Amino acid sequence: MTTTTAPSGSSGVLLEKLPPAAGKAGLAGVIRSEWTKLRSVRSTYWTLIALVVVGIGLGALICFATENHATHLGHGEVLGFDATSRSLTAFVELGQLVMMVLGAMVITAEYSTGMIRTSLTTMPRRGTVFAAKGLVFAGAALVVSVVTAFIAFFLGQAILHSTGDSATLSDPNVLRAIIGTALYVTMIGVMSFAFGAIIRHTAGTIATMVGVLFILPLIVEVLPSDWTNDINKWIPSSAGGQLIATIPGSSDPTLFSAWPQFGVTIAYTAVLLIIGAVLFRKRDA
Amino acid sequence: MIEVRGLTKRYGDKVAVNDLSFSIEPGTVTGFLGPNGAGKTTTMRCILGLDYPTAGTVTIGGKRYQDLAYPMREVGALLDPKAVHGGRSAYNHLLCLAQTNGLPKKRVDAALELVGLSEVARKRSKGFSLGMSQRLGIAGTLLGDPRVLMFDEPVNGLDPEGILWIRNLMKALAAEGRTIFVSSHLMSEMENTADHLIVVGKGRLIADCTMKDFIARSSGSSVRVQTTAPDELVLAIAAEGGTATAGADGTLTVQGMPAQKVGDIAFDKGIRLHELTTVRASLEEAFMELTADAVEYRAEVRAAVPTAGIGV
Repeated sequence: MTTTTAPSGSSGVLLEKLPPAAGKAGLAGVIRSEWTKLRSVRSTYWTLIALVVVGIGLGALICFATENHATHLGHGEVLGFDATSRSLTAFVELGQLVMMVLGAMVITAEYSTGMIRTSLTTMPRRGTVFAAKGLVFAGAALVVSVVTAFIAFFLGQAILHSTGDSATLSDPNVLRAIIGTALYVTMIGVMSFAFGAIIRHTAGTIATMVGVLFILPLIVEVLPSDWTNDINKWIPSSAGGQLIATIPGSSDPTLFSAWPQFGVTIAYTAVLLIIGAVLFRKRDA
Repeated sequence: MIEVRGLTKRYGDKVAVNDLSFSIEPGTVTGFLGPNGAGKTTTMRCILGLDYPTAGTVTIGGKRYQDLAYPMREVGALLDPKAVHGGRSAYNHLLCLAQTNGLPKKRVDAALELVGLSEVARKRSKGFSLGMSQRLGIAGTLLGDPRVLMFDEPVNGLDPEGILWIRNLMKALAAEGRTIFVSSHLMSEMENTADHLIVVGKGRLIADCTMKDFIARSSGSSVRVQTTAPDELVLAIAAEGGTATAGADGTLTVQGMPAQKVGDIAFDKGIRLHELTTVRASLEEAFMELTADAVEYRAEVRAAVPTAGIGV
């Protein structure tokens, strides 16, 4: 029936011919596509709003509580609290929880909706798709994290100003704490993304991440103390506390110092990303 | 254009596709027929590189799907219209597909216009009916102006209007000289649209031929005759090289000669005829006959499957 004339109605006007294209569909186009995907679903905005609310709002609340406490005790009696750490602790502890949800969803939603089959049909070079997805998510996560961390810091310090212990950017380790926590929260999101590629299921991925970030430290804590000290420095969530600590008393001496401890988190993430990428390429979609 | 060679796909110990080979010629509408579970979707998934074959190869214009420079310009495929993120608007869905292949934004608007979804372009596809999802999926396949279009069960679950729309669209696309590879378990659909047929059952190739040959290859046309002297006519037909068998209702089914010849024989012998009808085997019957052993999930009590020759 190839000679049948075009039918009436809208389907009769078929699309015009495309001019030929040189080269090959590659990373740049897929990055644009992944950016469109990320910005065009509501869950992205909800999670990022949650991140800002938790990081800035709860951070401010903690600082208010600290300030209130300090005012009641009078100056001098709570000397030595780490004002930077106070302003960033909510962002690190709960922000990572929010970021891991977004990191997981970026990839698991493709599987739960079936979109992955459409995505990989339009772009069958899976390594490119995986890289573009990871890069777009990590980039967006980092920008939002850096902004949130800075706002949380400045707002927190403004609240703590009356205590006399507030910090400024030029104080030792403060900039490291702000940038470090933003990087850490982003890295947790990327780790969740990697788990998502391995597990391909939203609830399963989030449960796994909760296990890694919140349950694992609890288990380690109840072990004999010399074991705890040995194992704690090798779990991925230990970096958060080290990164936000800016004065000697507030960091954990049994762990590595801030950046090496963050290196442990990066190492786990890198291994999981490699496993995720290999499985993403090898498995049937 | 599309070459499938020795394709085998196993899921665990279940063989979905078994040593399947066929090729799809450019500019044809090729129907891909088989009962449910025959391996049609699996074959299409392997062509698109979604599943990796256990053995065998699939190439498109000599290349693996993964190696196509701009896949959307070569192949537009729609396997599952619901394989979209429902939270994304129709426009953004098509935009993110177009961007992977560097296709211009105005192409998205044109595709939405073509399938009649312009008015709901900014609506999230979650609320779309199956027919609207089908249109969105088809818009996606046309973005890259592909030479090959692949549709898996495109009319499944659609209302008559939707079926008509898809049928007309496929005809229009074929008229533009595009290659169309369309699967179905609905024979009637194929009878109207396909030039060529590839029939599979239980993952194996059953037939690869033109539509005409396929129908002819089955028991073929027969002639139904009612007469007052059946025994005499059976002998007369046998003498001329045909075969006639008596049915339960007293009619004869004649094979191996056209109705005209049966009439001539009866006239020569002075046999009175009350009915003389050519019964053309439909694609449906030819298909039933060929795939009778290849139906994977058969109901315990078989519905009255028409035997060749009694259909209309």
